[in-house]
Amino acid sequence: MDSRTQEFLEHVQAGGQVEVDDWMPDEYRSKLVKFIEMHGNSELMGVLPERDWILRAPTLQRKLALTAKIQDEVGHAQLIYRVVEDLGKPRSACLDDLVSGKAKFHNVFHYPTKTWGDVGVIAWLVDAAAIVSQKALLKCSYAPYARIMKKICWEESFHILHGRDVILTMMLGTDEQRELVQEALNRWWGPLMQFHGNPIAAADDPTFHWRIKSQANEEARQQFLDGYVPQIWELGLTVPDPKLKKRKDGVWEYSEPDWDELKWVVTGHGPETERRLGFRQASREETAWVRRAVLADAA
Amino acid sequence: MGAARGVSGCSVIWEVFRQEREGQPFQHGGSLEAPNIAFAEAYAREFYGRRGESFALWIVPREAVDEVREPYVADVFDRDYRRVDGYSLKVKLKEARELAAKNASR
Repeated sequence: MDSRTQEFLEHVQAGGQVEVDDWMPDEYRSKLVKFIEMHGNSELMGVLPERDWILRAPTLQRKLALTAKIQDEVGHAQLIYRVVEDLGKPRSACLDDLVSGKAKFHNVFHYPTKTWGDVGVIAWLVDAAAIVSQKALLKCSYAPYARIMKKICWEESFHILHGRDVILTMMLGTDEQRELVQEALNRWWGPLMQFHGNPIAAADDPTFHWRIKSQANEEARQQFLDGYVPQIWELGLTVPDPKLKKRKDGVWEYSEPDWDELKWVVTGHGPETERRLGFRQASREETAWVRRAVLADAA
Repeated sequence: MGAARGVSGCSVIWEVFRQEREGQPFQHGGSLEAPNIAFAEAYAREFYGRRGESFALWIVPREAVDEVREPYVADVFDRDYRRVDGYSLKVKLKEARELAAKNASR
């Protein structure tokens, strides 16, 4: 490692931040692009499972709230792709790599939403898992990314409330509705436990090494369990893991998540991967004339 | 500021500054890409105003922002007379009070 890179590494490891025009090692730049691009892809793909429910939302109020959440998530994708563009990769290249299956997006967005219960579980617990990761990114060594995370976390907090409200309403309803929620939780628990990634030690995690992330995967998962399992239990719901318990020292024990499934799903083999990427590809082609018209008009 | 690397077409990068409440300073909110000010304004309203979280917005082409970084002036001279820590009154004040007390008791 040359002295300039060494100095840079010490700067970020001491909590220092970097701005868009500062010098940075190529490895740092490419790690940043990959990490932030995957975040942008996840925001963009994450709206598709919810989009399926706009027309089927149970009330007008829910329809409006769901539409607003989707608008927020697409807005997050816009902000995040802008950060990636400033690092050197144009948005069109990000979208090319997304639809061709070259780039990844979060595991939870490769699964179907079977019932309205799934929509509630996604808005409440998937967004809760995401906010744990995103709050840790407020301390990211790349300052422009850390700054937009403030707005993103602020908006995610509405989504969690919206999701919890959807779940509470159903839990106060009929037995059939309560069963619907339990079934949705059963479907989503596996992917939720995989969400923060394998328990790689912080020291071995390159994104932690460069202080792109400020916490280890397992730390994030423990924080999620600590914050949300009690909220799940208090509603009379069962977490589908007989081994799940909080030890006296405060650490949560759980069954080993299925890491093979995680790897298989994020490499493009999820139950909904192909259909959703196909939808993205088709909508991109359908809207190409809008982009052409807008740019031509501005010329 | 960053050159608009790799951005195709004739799009412009706009920096958005937002004022949360009347009278407060404007703070940088983020940037967006838009072909002209009309689109930039529409996007900025959607990104930073749809929950009424901003009282006002400034939308500026990135190229128009001139950044100057510290040190603004080479720190050659001892400039502590410009700062509050350049004036240590404690010792002098103590002596002055003692002197005044001594003179009064005379």
